Amino acid sequence: MSFMMAAAGLLFLIILCFIRAILGPTTHDRLVAMDTTNNMVVAVLVVLGAAYNEIIYVDVAIVYAMLSFVSTLYISRYLEVAQ
Amino acid sequence: MQKNKNNDNITPITAAVFSLLTYLALTAGSGSILLWSLPELIAAIIFAAVTALLVYRVFNSLKIKTTPAFLNPIRWILLLAYALGPFFIALTKANLDVAYRVLTGKINPGIVKIKPDLETDLGITLLANSITLTPGTLSVDLDEENNLFIHWINVKHPEPKIEDVCSCFPEWIRRITQ
Amino acid sequence: MNPLLILLGIGLIFQTLGSLALHRFPDVYTRLHGATKCSTFGSIFIYLGVVAYATTLSTPGLILGAHTLLVMLLILLTNSTGSHAIARSAYRAGIMPKQAVVDKLAEEKK
Repeated sequence: MSFMMAAAGLLFLIILCFIRAILGPTTHDRLVAMDTTNNMVVAVLVVLGAAYNEIIYVDVAIVYAMLSFVSTLYISRYLEVAQ
Repeated sequence: MQKNKNNDNITPITAAVFSLLTYLALTAGSGSILLWSLPELIAAIIFAAVTALLVYRVFNSLKIKTTPAFLNPIRWILLLAYALGPFFIALTKANLDVAYRVLTGKINPGIVKIKPDLETDLGITLLANSITLTPGTLSVDLDEENNLFIHWINVKHPEPKIEDVCSCFPEWIRRITQ
Repeated sequence: MNPLLILLGIGLIFQTLGSLALHRFPDVYTRLHGATKCSTFGSIFIYLGVVAYATTLSTPGLILGAHTLLVMLLILLTNSTGSHAIARSAYRAGIMPKQAVVDKLAEEKK
C-alpha cells in the first residue's frame, strides 16, 4: 500500500516536470525537464515492481535507464551541432 | 610478436569475461545449476563471445588512456570505500545545500577553472562525476590539458584552489586510478 | 516506525525538492544543479526502501533486491554524465549563465 502511495506522489512530480518542459524558454530547459522525468519514470517502475511483486518491472526499468541515458547524450550532442 | 609495454588495449578475452559477468548478474536465479538454468548458461556464452568480438575494436579505436593495472582488486576495494565514505557524505551535504537554496532562492553563480593534475581519462571521468554530485558544483567543460571548468552556485573566490571546490577528491582518485 | 516508510518518505521529499528546483531557479545551469543532485539522492533512498522490503521476502525477493541495486548503480553512473553533457552542449550553444559574477570559460574562449 505504501508503495502505491509513493508511486502516486512520483506521478504528481512528473506533472510538475512536464509544466517546466512546456514553459521552458530554451530547448535545453526542456531537455533538463525530460532528463528528470526519465529519472522519475525509472523510480516509478521499480516501486510498482515492488508493489505487484513482479521482477519484470525492474528489468524494464534497467533497460529504460540505459536507453534514456543514451537518448540524453544523443539529443545534447545534436543540439550542440545544430546551433 | 613484439610485446609493447605501453600498449594497454582491451583484448577480446577481457571484453568476453566482462559481458559474461554482466549477463550472469542480470539473469541470476533462473534455474538449478548453482543459480542459472542450462539454456541460460549456453546463451550467456554465445552472446558474450559475439558481443566481445563486435565491441573490442571499437573500444581500442577510441584511444582511451587507461591504467594497465585497473584489474587489481585493491583498487576496486578503494573505489567502494570512496563511494561509501567521503562521496556519500558530500552527496548528503550537497542535497541539504540545494534544499536551502531552493527554499530561500539565494544564489551567487559563476564559472571557475581548476587544475586537478590527473593523467588518466578514467580519473578525469570519476572526478567530473564526483564534482557534479557534490555541494554547489557542476562540471561544464574540459580542455586539452585536463583542466575542468566548473559552474559554482555560490562563488566565494574567482580563482579558487582545488580544496575549496572538491575537498579531498583528487587525492582519493589518484590513489584509485594511478 | 517502519523503516520502509521512513526511507520512502526521505526519497519523496528530495524528489519533490528536485522538481521544485526546476521552477525556482533562473537558468539552465542552476536548474541542472537542483534536478541532478536531488533526483539522484531521492532515487537512491527510494531504491533502498525497495531493497529493505525485498529482504523481508523469500527467494524471489532476493532477486528483486539484487536487480534494484543494479538500477541504483546505473542511475549513479549515468545521471551525472548526462547532466555534464547537457551543461556542455548548453554552453556551446551560446546560453550564458544568468547573474554570473565570474565566467572563466568565456575569457578563455576569446
